[in-house]
Amino acid sequence: MSRTGTLTQLKVCPRAAKAEMKSGTATSGLILKDKLIFEHSDAGRTGYSLPALDVPAAALAAELTRAEVKGFPEVSEVDVVRHFTRLSTWNYGVDSGFYPLGSCTMKYNPKINEVAARLPGLAGCHPHTPERFSQGTLALMHDLQGALAEISGFDAVTLQPAAGAHGELAGVLMIRAWHESHGRSRKKVLIPDTAHGTNPATAALCGYEVVPIASGDAGVLTAETVAEYMDEDVAALMVTSPNTLGLFESDIRKICDIVHAGGGLVYCDGANLNALMGIARPGDMGVDVMHFNLHKTFSTPHGGGGPGAGPVGVTEKLIPFLPKPVVVKEAGNYRLDFDRPQSIGRMRSFYGNFGVMVRAWAYILTMGGEGLKQASQMAVLNANYIRARLEGAYHLPHQNRSLHEVVFSDQDLGGNCHTLDLAKRLIDYGYHPPTVYFPLVVAGAIMIEPTETESKEVLDEFCDAMLEIAREAEESPELLLEAPTLTALRRLDETAAARKPQLRYCPPQEATEKKENKSCY
Amino acid sequence: MRYIPHTEEDVRQMLATIEVDSIEDLFVEIPAEVRLDRPLDLPAPKAEAEVLRELKRLAAQNATEESHSCFLGGGAYNHFIPSVVDHLLSRSEFYTAYTPYQPEISQGTLQAIFEYQSLICQLTGMDVSNASMYDGASACAEAVMMASRATRRKKILLASGLHPEYRETVATYCRYLEMELVEIPAGADGRVDAAALEAALDKSTAAVVAGYPNFFGVIEDLASLAGAAHAVGALLVTAVAEPVSLGMLKSPGELGADIVVGEGQSFGMPVSFGGPGVGFFAARQKTLRSMPGRLVGATTDKEGRTGYVLTLATREQHIRREKATSNICSNQGMCALMATIYLSQLGKKGIRELAEQNLAKAEYAKQAIAVLPGFSIPFAAPTFNEFVVEVEGDVEALLLRLEEQEILAGIPLKKYYAGMERCLLICVTEQNSREQIDALVAALKGGLA
Repeated sequence: MSRTGTLTQLKVCPRAAKAEMKSGTATSGLILKDKLIFEHSDAGRTGYSLPALDVPAAALAAELTRAEVKGFPEVSEVDVVRHFTRLSTWNYGVDSGFYPLGSCTMKYNPKINEVAARLPGLAGCHPHTPERFSQGTLALMHDLQGALAEISGFDAVTLQPAAGAHGELAGVLMIRAWHESHGRSRKKVLIPDTAHGTNPATAALCGYEVVPIASGDAGVLTAETVAEYMDEDVAALMVTSPNTLGLFESDIRKICDIVHAGGGLVYCDGANLNALMGIARPGDMGVDVMHFNLHKTFSTPHGGGGPGAGPVGVTEKLIPFLPKPVVVKEAGNYRLDFDRPQSIGRMRSFYGNFGVMVRAWAYILTMGGEGLKQASQMAVLNANYIRARLEGAYHLPHQNRSLHEVVFSDQDLGGNCHTLDLAKRLIDYGYHPPTVYFPLVVAGAIMIEPTETESKEVLDEFCDAMLEIAREAEESPELLLEAPTLTALRRLDETAAARKPQLRYCPPQEATEKKENKSCY
Repeated sequence: MRYIPHTEEDVRQMLATIEVDSIEDLFVEIPAEVRLDRPLDLPAPKAEAEVLRELKRLAAQNATEESHSCFLGGGAYNHFIPSVVDHLLSRSEFYTAYTPYQPEISQGTLQAIFEYQSLICQLTGMDVSNASMYDGASACAEAVMMASRATRRKKILLASGLHPEYRETVATYCRYLEMELVEIPAGADGRVDAAALEAALDKSTAAVVAGYPNFFGVIEDLASLAGAAHAVGALLVTAVAEPVSLGMLKSPGELGADIVVGEGQSFGMPVSFGGPGVGFFAARQKTLRSMPGRLVGATTDKEGRTGYVLTLATREQHIRREKATSNICSNQGMCALMATIYLSQLGKKGIRELAEQNLAKAEYAKQAIAVLPGFSIPFAAPTFNEFVVEVEGDVEALLLRLEEQEILAGIPLKKYYAGMERCLLICVTEQNSREQIDALVAALKGGLA
């Protein structure tokens, strides 16, 4: 093989090959390298076609126009297809294999959802289409709002926020607007130490001071702790239930009562709703606001980081503050209601990530109420099964019954190996690693969320791999410390990336001028 | 249930391993008083064919580019989407992955984002781009907050020609941040009123925010805006709702913009009732560390091979928590990928020709409408693929008459601007044939009669 060829020569280390035979599904294969799309460029090559212009050409004054978009690639259609196909092969998705990334609910993404979202009558409907010509999209949104309200026990739902953190922002803005409408200017938001990082960042964006509160030794928040922190300056408590340890906040009802009695509201991060559908509803627990993650609980694809959707459910008292517009049904017709004087305003342009809503609606129609409940039951069964199989080999810091996910730590991992090494070794076994080093309350956390779409066989193979790796850590830790070895690239130097950030392509001639031309970075 | 693989025997064995008797026992931590004691009130499960039938029923109730002649723009644009985009996007290694936390098995996503960031820099004329944001409006709000952080100032001047929904989104984000938002009116030519801007600018101004082209389709004089803003130490933030224009317009970076944001839906994404699209966000090197959102950077692996990783995470919420530059966690990964594929395919020549076709089609329509009796073009400044038309008559009634001819002729501006009750925003792209444009002109003429 020539050095400039496209084949990646893998140095398959004999130990990895041995391990592969033992349990994993990963193997070495033909992996094709590829350059950046810019490096494929050749002047004059094109990959597009446009119909001939059927009107007279027009021009803008020279001072308004550029000569060209400097640096844009010139490639053929085939170049584009091969390039991105090769890129795709370097990725690991739910369709590739087991992806137990905790708190992210990496369940199977049904293919009918993709077909539905691409129906020309849905994907092709322009957001400025008059309401009488967009009744189908509005009806879908209206019915999805209703279904989410039923699943969560809230009185109303907005679909506008584009992601979970965006939903949080909408929710906390509503909380503040509600307080202000009562003439109260409270300053603080209580956030347990198990919370997602977005919670404190969101509270700060809403002008609140964040007061971190400790979850107890059992990993759950106690009513006593909340009572201790609750005072007349607390606007809200932000809680995640089940929390990021996979544990149900069993004091939630009492906690909500305490916060309400103190004049505050309770926000629930709904990232972990996959444990609760058809079993318990946050709205019935006393929660005032909660966001949903359609890309977690409702099977829409995670897309390598988005787009998601973060609808927000609220109780009746917060309805006036919902972002506008709101989809309403009147006399059999659907319309967008903009006349909402107390609304916090818009979170974004138009009405939300409609394409994601279509996928979630297709999922809810497929599952029905009983299917959603079964999904939550099997998600919890799967997490507890993994827990039962790995407990003993891995340190389990919290003993309460797990719901949809289980958090271990690397405390008992031998051979001076850490969570990161375990994660990288799992890659060599053919798995996407769990979420690592989160939640922060567990040192070296290993957060495993299997979801309901994985079979017992998959879980058994994964647990076998985890147990094998625990043994490897004791007996031949270099297998973990050197992992991964079967991937196209080995461990990457993240420190170097941050020290000298190179965030875009620099053509070779530009790169040589780097010193003069700082913008090349 | 075809997405849930458990057999009864699996469940029995798993419960035995867990050492509980029933599924119910797994939920012991949820107190009875918060349990749902009835089935969810949702429809019964449907088969795949039934679900598809139901969604097609809904889809059939909507007007689209296929059923109507569509001249709607205003922040979402009908452009042709090459077949390649959706085919490559459907590689499920892309769309069923999540955030590339494990770079060794996420190089596809990471390299694509690196290419996206590069393309956005080239297009906007800026030094650095993030991995994308929710949409143009929320990116604009993030830009305003970043400008305030960078200048330690609180006053923001928003051009009234900035997309009204972007302005509203800025207002929502800034609601409790003690910012002062001032609207700067448009002058008679549709651009920012220079005198009004001059009067409002002072040493407390953090940023001037203008559309490029603006909501009226008008090409703002960014160099002058940049000069005026910089003279008092303020930043120029530019929001590009129709980035196809950048195929021929001078880049905002070249004209002096400090932060360039916009909506990338035009680049290979369907209009999809307004989302998902992709917000792009680009800035100068010197403000890199106060940028919101994810960034992908180049590095090497332990064997010296080039690879890509998420970087500079110390700005972000999962590390910095309440001190983060933003609360944003995800990006619009799939949509950024669509834009990357689309722009790669168009390339240097394609983006130019596409922009020129949009301009030519819109000019053709604009000139034909300008000479119709009862119609006029209120703004004299040059436009790209959208323009405002003033109608001597009832805009709503006119639009209804055109709808009867299956023409969605434009957006009535009274929805957004008091005083523009008789104005209509018309958008023409490469998707509108000359025949359609001629029919629009004829229908407008007849519609007023």
